[in-house]
Amino acid sequence: MATLELRNVNKTYGSGLPDTLKNIEIAIDSGEFLILVGPSGCGKSTLMNCIAGLEDISGGAILVEGQDISGMSPKDRDIAMVFQSYALYPTMTVRDNIAFGLKIRKMAPADIDTEVARVAKLLQIEHLLARKPGQLSGGQQQRVAMGRALARRPKIYLFDEPLSNLDAKLRVEMRTEIKLMHQRLKTTTVYVTHDQIEAMTLGDKVAVMKDGIIQQFGTPQQIYNDPANLFVASFIGSPPMNFIPLRLQRRDGQLWALLDSGQARCELPLGAMEEGLESREVILGIRPEQIGIAQGGDGSLPSIRAEVQVTEPTGPDTLVFVELNQTKVCCRLAPDAAPQVGASLELQFEPSKVLLFDAQSGERLGLLGAARPQERAAKVAQLKGR
Amino acid sequence: MTSRSPLSLSRLAIYATLLAACAVYLIPLVVMLLTSFKSPDDIRTGNLLSWPDVITAIGWLKAWDSVGGFFWNSVKITVPAVLISTLLGALNGYVLAMWRFRGSQLFFGLLLFGCFLPFQVVLLPASFTLGQLGLANTTSGLVLVHVVYGLAFTTLFFRNYYVSVPDALVRAARLDGAGFFTIFGRILLPMSIPIIMVCLIWQFTQIWNDFLFGVVFASGDTQPITVALNNLVNTSTGVKEYNVDMAAAMIAGLPTLVVYILAGKYFLRGLTAGAVKG
Amino acid sequence: MSSIAVFTKASKLDALQRWLPKLVLAPSMLIVLVGFYGYILWTFLLSFTGSRFMPSYNWVGLQQYARLWDNDRWWVASKNLMLFGGLFISISLVLGVLLAVLLDQRIRREGFIRTIFLYPMALSMIVTGTAWKWLLNPGLGIDKMLRDWGWEGFRFDWLVDPERVVYCLVIAAVWQASGFVMALFLAGLRGVDQSIIRAAQVDGASLPAIYLRIVLPSLGPVFFSALMILAHIAIKSFDLVASMTAGGPGYASDLPAMFMYAHTFTRGQMGLGAASAMLMLGAVLAILVPYLYSELRGKRHD
Repeated sequence: MATLELRNVNKTYGSGLPDTLKNIEIAIDSGEFLILVGPSGCGKSTLMNCIAGLEDISGGAILVEGQDISGMSPKDRDIAMVFQSYALYPTMTVRDNIAFGLKIRKMAPADIDTEVARVAKLLQIEHLLARKPGQLSGGQQQRVAMGRALARRPKIYLFDEPLSNLDAKLRVEMRTEIKLMHQRLKTTTVYVTHDQIEAMTLGDKVAVMKDGIIQQFGTPQQIYNDPANLFVASFIGSPPMNFIPLRLQRRDGQLWALLDSGQARCELPLGAMEEGLESREVILGIRPEQIGIAQGGDGSLPSIRAEVQVTEPTGPDTLVFVELNQTKVCCRLAPDAAPQVGASLELQFEPSKVLLFDAQSGERLGLLGAARPQERAAKVAQLKGR
Repeated sequence: MTSRSPLSLSRLAIYATLLAACAVYLIPLVVMLLTSFKSPDDIRTGNLLSWPDVITAIGWLKAWDSVGGFFWNSVKITVPAVLISTLLGALNGYVLAMWRFRGSQLFFGLLLFGCFLPFQVVLLPASFTLGQLGLANTTSGLVLVHVVYGLAFTTLFFRNYYVSVPDALVRAARLDGAGFFTIFGRILLPMSIPIIMVCLIWQFTQIWNDFLFGVVFASGDTQPITVALNNLVNTSTGVKEYNVDMAAAMIAGLPTLVVYILAGKYFLRGLTAGAVKG
Repeated sequence: MSSIAVFTKASKLDALQRWLPKLVLAPSMLIVLVGFYGYILWTFLLSFTGSRFMPSYNWVGLQQYARLWDNDRWWVASKNLMLFGGLFISISLVLGVLLAVLLDQRIRREGFIRTIFLYPMALSMIVTGTAWKWLLNPGLGIDKMLRDWGWEGFRFDWLVDPERVVYCLVIAAVWQASGFVMALFLAGLRGVDQSIIRAAQVDGASLPAIYLRIVLPSLGPVFFSALMILAHIAIKSFDLVASMTAGGPGYASDLPAMFMYAHTFTRGQMGLGAASAMLMLGAVLAILVPYLYSELRGKRHD
């Protein structure tokens, strides 16, 4: 196990071309599970290849246990990787696939047998050892690919979208299994995915990437609750966060967001934010689960009446779509509370959970500087108490 | 036949046409075989498809006498040339598909043109070069020429095959600690059996059947069988012995025919792979 | 900065590993540059010289090309190529397509029949030429056979008829290559989406109409490939002429490839031969360039 640190890593495929990776700064502790997540083409796979040594970096340093490995060839880095396509050697049996790296490293045959047996037991693939990859199912190939990585007991494991070739059910199963495996083995892991659910469920730390730039690096909770910008907010979460364009108004020393459903209007108190915001186009972001149905008599939270346009029951909850400020807004409601299409609903918002973004730059707009949502909630409560 | 009765007439016509076509395609071979076993008298008195009064192998014996030595020349030329050009093609294809570098694509484009090169434009310089190397009129010289001008196709075969192999395989092997040749020998070659077959058969038929290089770069004792056959058939001296001509033609054609019958699948794949160039 | 780190940290073996792909490709690159392009250039230079039996580098400008222009035999060879190529290509295409379509009708023993159509492609052109020279032999070949079978007035002496000898080449070449065209198209037909055919059947189209209007037009790329390869065979064909007619009678069945060989290697007209070779290259390029252009453009569309 080892720490991994990326210091100002840059990668370009030639002058004149746009940077593939730009000033990447990431550090994780030994045993941590790092997720690199982003849309395709964001540079996450390139970054992983750079860590593995399959591609050279153009600048910066990659440190494992404090030692710079950026000039080393892949075989000397002691890093193992699980590929999206599994990349199992098709002409070798499962046993030889797992043993290949050990043979190349001239491990004694007896030790190889022991190690293969250990890994096979760990992954429950003992009965498959004599088969060729072509005779395995997708899930079994996935296990063998992980076994090949585990056999070398490397310092760092890299996973390159390992679940994206599996069907939906198997994907969920393997996700849990990878998490279990990591909890047992406590291996330092870098995991690339474009699936935000995998990012949320597996990671100790998540780096959200776009256009070769890290948009935000933090724990899954930080990324989810406190996204740094519009991109992160929109990328993480399913169904995605609602974005409502509007103008802010300043009154009574605080800012108000005006919502309009066509039937009714509502003013959302946003607290005492920095000066000048009222003149700017902003985007108000709120997650579907933070919109609820107003309970009778509880007037403490702002609410608005709106017409239900579409309902999508998903089973555990029902997604209800209404229109606010000419924008479709999704609310995640309990199935028994879900109304009929055409009905009117009294929706209430938790102002403390509302996020604001600059409409032009997409940057997060802070409430009195860089206030955390909790602090902001306290501030809102304060204001209300007055 | 499962087809319904109104269709059977048209299906009958289809089968009849196909059978007639088969006959047309087979007749030259039948005539060659028949003639090769006839006596000169039978040839003069009978016709192409008439059954001989006596079946004799004298034509084959005489033919072997005159072209047998050249048959072995062809073997000596074909075997090494096929093996070397296939190996080189495999290595080139491996690099071009898995280890691309700046300029490698350009090189592939330049090489590809070699598939279309009319060899007449290189004959003269090639013969000067062989002379300089002391390889003029040797089978080694012909091996060299066939390797050089077979490279375009062999590389194309392997490159196109390896392009469809996921390069994650190479990356996985590199992380496992394998080097350039280990990856090639232990991982890619074992999965290349089909394309190796295609390439071997393609090169075998191309080189065995070659006439142009043989007639230009070899003379006398070093000529391949195609040249010897042509000399035999087109001599204007002496009495024409058509049974000997046909037997010699069969001797020249048999190796590729046998390969075709045994491995027709790969032969066809070579032809179509050559057709879908790039 | 990082590149310095790379150099100091990488061992010598690693550096070798980095260079191996280039090292492995280097001999072939040399071969291609010298043996393909260098030699073409060399031939190009020779075509401007008055070389005869041996290469000499006395510059004569375009004189060799002018001699070709005035050379009756070259014109015969070129016209023959047009005639031979045109007939060979079109007949092979028509026959090949026809056989492929017939074979596509769920024929029993299809593999066996296919093998018969394709086997001539495995033979050397010299063998093909020898066989057909015998078959077309005036007096002993098909000529005599049909008369023996009772067709008294039958005469078939095209092989020695200067006006018709080219057709003999066409017959032999078609026999050799049409099976290949069949194989190409059959592979193409097998790749056609069966649901399109079913949709057309539902629309009430007859089988011939389906093939003519829907299936064959979708095989444009196959058609183009076949055309390219046949044209290429036609331009390069030398063996067939050498073995069947040796260019005769006289030079009535000469083709440019034969012309080039005869002048360069037997008649001591190296300069003239080089010039004719360059013109052959030009002919190949004239076909190749539009083909490659459309291929590349097609790829970009994908």
